[in-house]
Amino acid sequence: MKPITLQGTLRTKILEMHYNANSGHIGCSLSCIDLMIAIWKYKNPGDTFILSKGHAASALYTIMNDSGDIPDADMPTFYKNGTDLPAHPAPLKYASIPFATGSLGHGLPLAAGIAKAAQIKNNTNISYVLMSDGETNEGTTWEACHFAVANKLDNLLVVIDRNGLQGFGNTDKVIGDTAAPHLWEAMGFDVKIADGHDIKQLVETKNELLTRKNGKPKVIIANTVKGKGISYMENKLDWHYLPMNEQQYLQAQNEINTRYFQPNDQ
Amino acid sequence: MRKHFSGYIENNLANRDDLIFITGDLGYAALENLQAKMGPRFINAGVAEQNMVGVAAGMASQGFSVICYSIAPFVVYRCLEQMRNDVCFHNLPVYIVGNGGGYGYGIMGSSHHAIEDIAVLSGLPDIACYVPAFIDDMNTCMTDMFARRGPAYLRLGLGKPMPAAFTPTPWGAMKIAAGNKLTVIAQGPVANNATEALSKNPHNESISFFTINKMPLTTLPAEIATSIAETGNVLTIEEHISIGGLGSTVALLASEAALPIKKFISLHAEGYPGKKYGSQAYHQQLSGLDEANISHVINSYF
Repeated sequence: MKPITLQGTLRTKILEMHYNANSGHIGCSLSCIDLMIAIWKYKNPGDTFILSKGHAASALYTIMNDSGDIPDADMPTFYKNGTDLPAHPAPLKYASIPFATGSLGHGLPLAAGIAKAAQIKNNTNISYVLMSDGETNEGTTWEACHFAVANKLDNLLVVIDRNGLQGFGNTDKVIGDTAAPHLWEAMGFDVKIADGHDIKQLVETKNELLTRKNGKPKVIIANTVKGKGISYMENKLDWHYLPMNEQQYLQAQNEINTRYFQPNDQ
Repeated sequence: MRKHFSGYIENNLANRDDLIFITGDLGYAALENLQAKMGPRFINAGVAEQNMVGVAAGMASQGFSVICYSIAPFVVYRCLEQMRNDVCFHNLPVYIVGNGGGYGYGIMGSSHHAIEDIAVLSGLPDIACYVPAFIDDMNTCMTDMFARRGPAYLRLGLGKPMPAAFTPTPWGAMKIAAGNKLTVIAQGPVANNATEALSKNPHNESISFFTINKMPLTTLPAEIATSIAETGNVLTIEEHISIGGLGSTVALLASEAALPIKKFISLHAEGYPGKKYGSQAYHQQLSGLDEANISHVINSYF
C-alpha cells in the first residue's frame, strides 16, 4: 500500500473507532498519524517505539492493526469494557507496546534508557519516541535531554508532534513553547525540522539524522496540524476532547475520501 | 548497612553483565570501588531522580536488572509515578535502594527522612519492600531481591548484628519465649532499641520477639500467628507512620485470622511533635521508639 493511501486508510479507521466509541482525542491522533507511519513503517526489527503522548492511542492501534499486531476482531472493542485497547495504551498487552503511557513526560526517559541499553550491548537498534509539544513542558523532558546528551545517545530519535495546541491553550501562550527548536539545539540535540504530514520528507529527515553518528541524540520537530484532514477539526482545541455526532462523522469520512483517495490530491 | 550493601554488590554481583547500578549523584566515600569495578554499567544519572527511574525501566525492558541508589526519600517520593507506571505496571526488575530510612538522616531534617516510604510503595503492584532489622538479615533480603524479576525497594539504616538469642527466618528473625505472655513484632533497625529493652527487662522470658523484613505482608508467619493466639497481647514497633506500615498490617491480618487480641499497642513514627528537629535518637524518643519507652510499654502488659 502506498503511504499516501495509508494516510487516508488509517484516518478512516481512527474516525470509525472514535465514532463507535463516542470518544474524544480525535484531533491528537490525526495530528500524529503521519509521524507514526513514517517511523513505524520504516523501522527495523529490534528498534523500539514508544508513544509518549498516550492519548493518541487510536493512531497507534490503527497502525498496529495495519501491521498485523492487533487482530481486526479486537479493534471494535476500543473503549469498551473488557478491552485490551483502552483510551491510553495498557501495559503488558502487546510486544510492540513496550510501555503503557498516558501520564505525560514518561516516554523520553524510558526511550533514553532503551537507547542506553543498546549502547552498552553495542547493538545498532534505534530507540524512537513520539512526544507531543505540550508534553515537553514536563521537567522529565529536560532531565532526560541532559542524560541523553551526556551519554552520547545518538541511537535515540525523538519526534515531537508540534501542533501548537495543548490541554487548555496555545503552547506558546501557556508557559512558552518548550518544543522550540533553539531550546533543543541548546541542549545539544541534533535537530531537524520537518513537515509532519509529508511522509517522504519525514522518512528522508529521519534517515539523514540516523546516518550522523556524531554522539548527539536526534530530534525531528515536526510541524503538524491538530485534526489534520478534517476541515472543521483542524487547529481546533475542541477536537482534543469532543466526540463526533453522526453528521460530523459522515462529513469527516467524506473529506478523508476526497483528500486522501482522489487522484492527484495533496 | 550501606557499606554492607555496597560490599555485597562488589563481591557478589558486580561482574554480572546484566546488572546496572545507577546512582542519583550519591555515594561519596562508599561507591568508588563499585564504580571502578562495574565500568560502563555504573551510571551517575545526576540529580534527576524521575529520569533515573524512567531510564532504569527502559534498561530493564531490554533485559537488564537495574539498581537505583539514593537517599531514601529522594528515590521514593520524587519519582513515585515512574516507579508505579514505568516499573511496577510492567513488573520490571528495578531495585530502588534508599539509604537512611526512617529518621536515619537525623538533624539533616524532614526533607531527608523517609517515614512514609513503606506506605507509599508497598501498595504498588508486584513490588517487594525489604526492611532488614540487622546486618545478618541483609543477605537474606538481598539474595531474595536480586533473584526477583520484578520491582523492589530496599530500605537501609543503621546496621547492628542480630542478638545471639534470635533465630534467622526467611521473613526476618524470631525469639520464641517458653512462658509466652507478649508478642513483640518489630521492623527495621529500630528493632535494636527493642532488643536492648528486652534484654534488660525482668519479663524477657515471657516475651516472644519477631522481626518482619518484607512488605507488603499478606499472611502472618505461622510462628507469629501462634504467638498472638497464645498471648493475645501484641506490641508492634516501627520507624514509620502508623498508616500503611507494620502495625496496621498486623492488626488487619490478625483480625482476618480471627486471632483473639486483648491488648494491641503500635509504637511508630509520630512525625514531628512540637515541630522540633534533632538526631535520629531524638526523633525516636519523641515518637516513643527509644529503649526506655519501649521498656515502659512492655511493662504495661504485665
